[in-house]
Amino acid sequence: MTTQSVLDKQSIVVLSLLAAVAVLVPVLNGLAVPGSALHLSDHLVPLLGKYICFALLALSVDLIWGYCGILSLGHGAFFALGGYAMGMYLMRQIGPRGVYAHPVLPDFMVFLNWKDLPWFWYGFDVFPFAMLMVLLVPGILAFIFGWLAFRSRVTGVYLSIITQAMTYALMLAFFRNNMGFGGNNGLTDFKDILGFPLQSASTRRVLFVLSVAALGAGYLLCRWLVGSKFGKVLVAVRDAESRTRFLGYRVEHYKLAVFTISAMLAGVAGALYVPQVGIINPSEFAPANSIELVIWVAVGGRGTLAGAILGALVVNAGKTWFTGALPEFWLFALGGLFIFVTLFTPRGILGAGQGLWERAKQMLGSKPSRSSFSGGGVVP
Amino acid sequence: MSAPVTPTLLYLDDITVSFDGFRALNSLSLAIDHAEMRAIIGPNGAGKTTMMDVITGKTRPDQGTALFEGSHDLTVLDEAAIAELGIGRKFQTPTVFEMHSVEDNLLLAIKDKRGPFLTLFSRRTTLERERIEVLLERIRLTAHRYRKAGELSHGQKQWLEIGMLLAQEPKLLLIDEPAAGMTDQETADTAELLRDIAKTKAVVVVEHDMTFVRDLNVKVTCLHDGSVLAEGSLDAVSANERVVEVYLGR
Repeated sequence: MTTQSVLDKQSIVVLSLLAAVAVLVPVLNGLAVPGSALHLSDHLVPLLGKYICFALLALSVDLIWGYCGILSLGHGAFFALGGYAMGMYLMRQIGPRGVYAHPVLPDFMVFLNWKDLPWFWYGFDVFPFAMLMVLLVPGILAFIFGWLAFRSRVTGVYLSIITQAMTYALMLAFFRNNMGFGGNNGLTDFKDILGFPLQSASTRRVLFVLSVAALGAGYLLCRWLVGSKFGKVLVAVRDAESRTRFLGYRVEHYKLAVFTISAMLAGVAGALYVPQVGIINPSEFAPANSIELVIWVAVGGRGTLAGAILGALVVNAGKTWFTGALPEFWLFALGGLFIFVTLFTPRGILGAGQGLWERAKQMLGSKPSRSSFSGGGVVP
Repeated sequence: MSAPVTPTLLYLDDITVSFDGFRALNSLSLAIDHAEMRAIIGPNGAGKTTMMDVITGKTRPDQGTALFEGSHDLTVLDEAAIAELGIGRKFQTPTVFEMHSVEDNLLLAIKDKRGPFLTLFSRRTTLERERIEVLLERIRLTAHRYRKAGELSHGQKQWLEIGMLLAQEPKLLLIDEPAAGMTDQETADTAELLRDIAKTKAVVVVEHDMTFVRDLNVKVTCLHDGSVLAEGSLDAVSANERVVEVYLGR
């Protein structure tokens, strides 16, 4: 068969776990008696939702890095752009309820003495338009950026550096007040989405479930992509780019396609993230964010998709605990983790776990099965 | 440009390539006929690999003509377009997709549409399946079809790469040092395989192993300093005094 089944063992495990989370979290938050051991407090729902969005972002990075060898150190930019598109919709929903009570202009524009809405804010009061922009803005930026970079055959560390420069440039641009995106305060004070108040627990539960659904759909999309012949070409490009060219494949077209898809996935993650955390500001473009999310993927296991999800969840849960308990040590812990993973478990948590599993099975005498996690594997 | 009428499959004329003033190819001229096998010999730095780079579109010559089938100008096409015209290339060190199975390596090489959207929705056809069976048989890797290519021995990788070349259904195969690192038996088998391929396709083989070149028993071109030093049967070329001086050694 050309395409390995999208619903293999790994997919079933991942999707079942996601489905369980999508049911359990709202139930434990909404139905369990507050104060009981089972009850999930209200502030945890958007926090978990945030992790889920990060997992989708990590998935988008794994798609290009794990399967096509494109190490983007600027993927936070696409996440932030998707977030800004959602933020602009939410800002326009505030309407006259802002501090300055202007019927159309968001507060920061009134504050800057602007008289008219800038043209690029038009249409963002319409939800479907804003959602289209969530996909198109990161997608088009990635397409233009990728077209220039891949056509010139910029690869490896040089590509990583220019993606880093891209997100840094965007951060500086968005910090400026006259860009029209709220300067360093960004967009915040959101009230409601499609008429539902963002502060209410039920809206948050719905947003959580939607995030999990988006992660599941994103996972299936990636799984389908990497399982097709297209995905095999991506791995071929990753492992022997010039061989692929001499076989007659236009490598730059493949890179461009997967880079654009990945940027759109990151945009969706950003759009789901913003209503749950209640703010989007230029710090989301910070290069350090983009580097951190590469670490999530490395920790979880590059080139496995499931590993990216796992890594994002584990590292972010660790970050929440650490920044509460030992705030000044978090960056050391993150750096240490990255070094540990690179040196001792180059295939990440998932790869290490899988290795132990295979060994255990061999010791029990059953013959080793063909691994279901072998989606791409990675040459270190 | 009106295409000059050339009876040859590959026609190189007056090709010059310089890297920072160093002339890797110096007005090189070469013609390869349909279904001809040619062995290229010459000392290191003679320009053998650069010549292949020019033919496959990796390097643009500073001057000269490179025509395929008399009408396709190879100096303006990229690697992918040249591969589609029907020129396949095997690298000096075996280059296969190590993380893919042997079968998938062949699948990726099989002549088919190469665009991203077409591969996304492509299904393996019965015809392709049959082609892969035949190829696996021919390169003697049927038993290893599900193994990762990275696990194969050096000689098997060389053969897999030759198989990938055949899967492309090229008209011209450029083969860089196929016998490097092979045992004597593998070398003899490879020579036989190449002779068999050359019955229907043009094959250009770059090789240092003179026993292997003798096994091939074909016309030989000796390159030196980026141009052709001598051309003819191996015996004639080996007898050439300049060839002896620069390459074979006294």
